[in-house]
Amino acid sequence: MFSRCNKLVSSQSTAQKSVWSCLRSLIKNDYATEATFESKPFKLHRLDSGPSTKSTITSDEAIEMYKQTQMIRRIETAAGNLYKEKIIRGFCHLYSGQEAVAVGMKSVMRPQDSAISAYRVHGWTYLMGVSALGVLAELTGRKSGCCRGKGGSMHMYATNFYGGNGIVGAQVPLGAGVAFANKYTENGGVCFALYGDGASNQGQVFEVYNMAKLWNLPVIFVCENNGYGMGTSTERSSASPNFYTRGDYIPGIWVDGMDILAVREATRFGIEYCTSGKGPLVMEAATYRYSGHSMSDPGTSYRTREEIQEVRQTRDPITSFKEKIINAGLVSADLLKKIDVEVKAEVDAAVKIAKSEAEIGLDELANDIYSNDLEKEIRSTTPFLFYKHNNSSGKTPINL
Amino acid sequence: MAVVIFGFKIIRKLAEDTFILNGHHIWHRKSFSSFKSLWAKQMTVRDALNSALDEELKRDERVFLIGEEVALYNGAYKVSKGLLDKYGSKRLVDTPISEQGFAGIAVGAALNGLRPICEFMTWNFSMQAIDQIINSAAKTFYMSGGMLGAPIVFRGPNGASAGVAAQHSQCYAAWYSHCPGLKVLSPYNCEDCRGLLKAAIRDPDPVVFLEHELQYSVTYPVSDQALSEDFVLEIGKAYIERHGKHVTLAAHAKEVQTCLDAAKELAGQGIECEVINLRSLRPLDMETICKSVAKTNNLITVEGGWPQCGIGSEISARIMESESFFLLDSPVIRVTGVDVPMPYAKNLETIVQPKPLNIITVVKKILGVRGKVSSISL
Repeated sequence: MFSRCNKLVSSQSTAQKSVWSCLRSLIKNDYATEATFESKPFKLHRLDSGPSTKSTITSDEAIEMYKQTQMIRRIETAAGNLYKEKIIRGFCHLYSGQEAVAVGMKSVMRPQDSAISAYRVHGWTYLMGVSALGVLAELTGRKSGCCRGKGGSMHMYATNFYGGNGIVGAQVPLGAGVAFANKYTENGGVCFALYGDGASNQGQVFEVYNMAKLWNLPVIFVCENNGYGMGTSTERSSASPNFYTRGDYIPGIWVDGMDILAVREATRFGIEYCTSGKGPLVMEAATYRYSGHSMSDPGTSYRTREEIQEVRQTRDPITSFKEKIINAGLVSADLLKKIDVEVKAEVDAAVKIAKSEAEIGLDELANDIYSNDLEKEIRSTTPFLFYKHNNSSGKTPINL
Repeated sequence: MAVVIFGFKIIRKLAEDTFILNGHHIWHRKSFSSFKSLWAKQMTVRDALNSALDEELKRDERVFLIGEEVALYNGAYKVSKGLLDKYGSKRLVDTPISEQGFAGIAVGAALNGLRPICEFMTWNFSMQAIDQIINSAAKTFYMSGGMLGAPIVFRGPNGASAGVAAQHSQCYAAWYSHCPGLKVLSPYNCEDCRGLLKAAIRDPDPVVFLEHELQYSVTYPVSDQALSEDFVLEIGKAYIERHGKHVTLAAHAKEVQTCLDAAKELAGQGIECEVINLRSLRPLDMETICKSVAKTNNLITVEGGWPQCGIGSEISARIMESESFFLLDSPVIRVTGVDVPMPYAKNLETIVQPKPLNIITVVKKILGVRGKVSSISL
């Protein structure tokens, strides 16, 4: 099926035309194994040269990235439904619309690289190795949840994924600290500290910009600018809405965060930049969230339905990526349809378990407060009942 | 029910008071350690902390000290003196004045496998970073279902200082010991500082380590055993500094000294105080306190912090909730800092923190001993 290596160069506007002409020359059912795409130009701050606007991917990579974006979209749709069914409680912030940022970044992250984000992390958690069930069961607070149902929507972790933080901006110093340890142990890793346009006005972000540059930490500050910090637009919250320049003395890149491949190239550039010892980088990914800030926000009081519709129709990260890779002859529409069916089946099965499975036992209430517990007993609501502290399932913490 | 029992206890107390008042002086068992101290090495609290840091930096490559003025300046209170020369700028990291930022960086480094010691120039400035201490350090292990620990020590000078007014003079013991996930230590003397700081650095959980600002230059004896590089004290254990049978005084940090001074004075009047150095505020060693109460039937807590929701409040509540309540001859009394922000004026500042006289007055009051009671003490 992928017998010949055809390099196809296409730009967004001319993609269809050039691809069709190329495809005509192909034997029926014979697809390209590699294609190169052109992305929107990057904006640069204090950089002489930036990432490549050309991105070459193999058909396998295209399939992988397509599957990931679809999976995240499906998980989020399922999460939204579970919330409406009142099975997910409390907070639930959906990532739909922003998938390209995480998928593009993850596609070039190396095993030693890590990420930390805020409270919109279901997608990231999945990408960093947790199954759809691990994410959805965490959301419903059940046994199979990646944190045994103790963290919930905002607190999910995995190897090289440091959460999940419910305090706006607090994850940014933590990410710089992860990078500090990377530099200290000389493991060559880069940490991606993600935050939104809202969090970018937190004082602690500027505190660690300074220290990260002062010490040249291998950290990439990624501002996912989705246009709104809760219900406040960037224009109403930020004196300078050019978040990629906010690091002042730290070089920055603006990237189209709706384009997986542009994010991929920016990230590749960032990793090379950081690992060459030049220190941190700020990356602003211009993106959009389709849902409200959280499930309690319908997301329509501070923006119009037309605005959301327009983004969905013209800039949707999945639709545009899908068109691109089909038109370039990297994959067949049929294959993608098959992936859609597989993804749907996996998420549906996960939802079923996440809904029906039990929560962890009450005896686990007082587990995992300490790695080395010294309290003989943990007090209940009255002094007449105490809980026993244990460490869950006897597993060793990944970092100790 | 409790009232009836309490009434009965009061009768018992009065009987015992009479016993004391009758002049039956009890032989005061001279503390063995004070005898030993004649031979032991003398050291300042500052040097005790410095040596503990030095040994742990040497022992474990992952340990590093981060904070304001910790490296080149040798520490604002000279606790890290000489360590930069020994271990270099990789292990001693001077930060800008950005508490929230560097506390977060330290926690992040802990999450990624290092063993940071995060120094606050004083605990007063930790307020800028309290979110990172509680939300990021204390809770991550629980929220991750035991997947990700935060092995970090936050340390620095705590408590009332001298002449620095309200924003730089307060105790954070109650603030931090409120929070599950944190271990909170409050050393008194040099042995405490060495043994507890080394234990804290080796512990896999986040530890808040409260050094008393006015204790740094105070000298205490240190035994040969406590000078060993392997010397660590068990976290969560209190220590009985002085044995006695009439009343238990439970205190932490500098107030242990205040209690010992009061106990010495009272011993001369035939009242033997048992002085408990709490050492660890979370976990709180109620076992030692309760055992002592079983012996003395009277309990006074002493702390430099404010009364409401303080360490003494917690001890009182736990005594109320335990069998020990039925062993009490008198209500638990809290001797605390006055319930005001710290004033600057010297005459006012002087009366804010507990003095031996305050303790003596309370001891005499609950034991029913008549004597001169200063109006200002109560």
